[in-house]
Amino acid sequence: MYNGNKLSPVLKGVLVAGFLFLYLPIVSLIVYSFNASKLVTVWGGFSTRWYVSLFHNEQILSAVGLSIRIALASATAAVVLGTVAGFVLARFKRFRGSTLFAGMMTAPMVMPEVITGLSMLLLFISMQQLFGQPSERGFFTIWVGHTTLCMAYVAVVVRSRLIEIDKTLEDAAMDLGARPLKIFFVITLPLISQAIASGFLLSITLSLDDLVTTAFLSGPGSTTLPQVIFSKVRLGLNPEINALATITVLIVGIMVVAANYLMLNAQRNREKAIAAAMRENENAQAGPPSSAVSSASA
Amino acid sequence: MNFKRFARKWLRPGRATVIAVPYFWLLVFFAVPFLIVLKISFAEQDIAIPPFTSLLNYEDGGLLHVTLNLANFQFIFGDELYADTYLSSLRVAFFTTVMCLLIGYPIAYAIARTDPARRNVLLMLVMLPFWTSFLLRVYAWMGLLKPNGIINHLLMSVGLISEPLEMFHNTFSLYLVMVYAYLPFMILPLYAHLVKMDIRLLEAANDLGARPLKAFFAITLPLSKNGIIAGSMMVFIPAVGEFVIPELVGGPDTLMIGKVLWNEFFDNNNWPMAAAVATVMVLLLIVPIGLFHRYETRELEGKNV
Repeated sequence: MYNGNKLSPVLKGVLVAGFLFLYLPIVSLIVYSFNASKLVTVWGGFSTRWYVSLFHNEQILSAVGLSIRIALASATAAVVLGTVAGFVLARFKRFRGSTLFAGMMTAPMVMPEVITGLSMLLLFISMQQLFGQPSERGFFTIWVGHTTLCMAYVAVVVRSRLIEIDKTLEDAAMDLGARPLKIFFVITLPLISQAIASGFLLSITLSLDDLVTTAFLSGPGSTTLPQVIFSKVRLGLNPEINALATITVLIVGIMVVAANYLMLNAQRNREKAIAAAMRENENAQAGPPSSAVSSASA
Repeated sequence: MNFKRFARKWLRPGRATVIAVPYFWLLVFFAVPFLIVLKISFAEQDIAIPPFTSLLNYEDGGLLHVTLNLANFQFIFGDELYADTYLSSLRVAFFTTVMCLLIGYPIAYAIARTDPARRNVLLMLVMLPFWTSFLLRVYAWMGLLKPNGIINHLLMSVGLISEPLEMFHNTFSLYLVMVYAYLPFMILPLYAHLVKMDIRLLEAANDLGARPLKAFFAITLPLSKNGIIAGSMMVFIPAVGEFVIPELVGGPDTLMIGKVLWNEFFDNNNWPMAAAVATVMVLLLIVPIGLFHRYETRELEGKNV
């Protein structure tokens, strides 16, 4: 008998070792964030003093504020542009220039960030020379950079979802005379809402985390959180950063678990609804002919 | 034919608008910048704002002069240090990819073969570090690997070693953290392929008397080829230009081109040189990016290569 569903001890060991590798550094960060000693790696008793000093660190707090504002703005723009782009890739397939379009969609995901950052900066400098705008580097230039990076990820998520879903629904609406824009908002959008939501969350985390592109695009007055972290850890370990990391892991952890739970629930509900609709459909089809037969016999 | 094209062009303005919006954005903010990088790589460093010379100059008679300065490229191709740095970056990216594949494949395989109820939890556990800040995960290793770091402390207090191990700011720490940071990018595409695989193929192979190892090499491995290529490219391409990891945990002798570009730009303020370094890097990466793009597209369109 082939035993496909039971994990062999070897595979179990692989999983345990793999997850230890992935989580050991994160756990050590969390543990040592509660270290009373200023020497990050020497245990000096339990303390929450670094959390207190973190919340009094003006530089970090203002960087957090800026990063969150940039993340929300970029994720919003990336979701709009990325959804449209994903739709174009999934539904229109071939048009003039589609190869270039598809290429420009995948390249930002893998292109080393030193290249995208530098090239976008040089674009803004050239634009400034030609049109006088943007007059300085800051929120706007970072926003453009993050949006371009994130929209590629949104487009991939949305596109794969669009390929997955049943296109006959859209075709049926078209046959019934609905206009394309209406079809998109009434039929397509609800079906891909989950993909859009994950695209939005992914964009937020990508934007909040971006260091290299931001370094090229930010100006003197706009220092984001990763830039502050980078300038601090470049000088060595810093217990406040441990506290910050712990908070980050906590927030991300809650978000990922909650999103996973909600998605599983939504999927179950959808399956139930589809099953119920199928049953109804069967009953409806079975109904009329039998009554016709009975009336004929009467 | 002409009418058809005319109709397509003018009767469906909606479609054109829908395509135009993201197209225009990417053209302006992603494609055009590369041309500007190429242009500025032919300029010279200058003490001005912005710090480079213009390629176009009008002479008194209204003559347009185009000056292409090839010195940056001559320098890159003539200087051994640059050649070594490119080679070293490619080597680091290659071995990082291989190690990610060797470690990531068994993990992805094990998750894909777990029963569906637990699979979701395991996948979530892989995703969690991926969603957590990249910078903070690199930072975490600094605390572990330092001479007076957590690992050395533990080993010394247990008495396994009497002197701290040297595992920080060298090749070991560079590779360790590179593999650590890029591992999720390898596991996720591999998992996506392995989970779709028809398990009955393995059952059939087993019934026909194939040993598990043989079945793996004859069935599982070829069927996950696209996942291997996609995952490898997702690790290899960004790893070539990686800056943060060599900067924070790499050794003083670690040559990585991302770091060179950063230094040329931020420390030497030599923008034309940074542009030339970027141009050569893009040329090196065009083939892998094309490969990645091809497999991604085919995958999404449901074709098997």
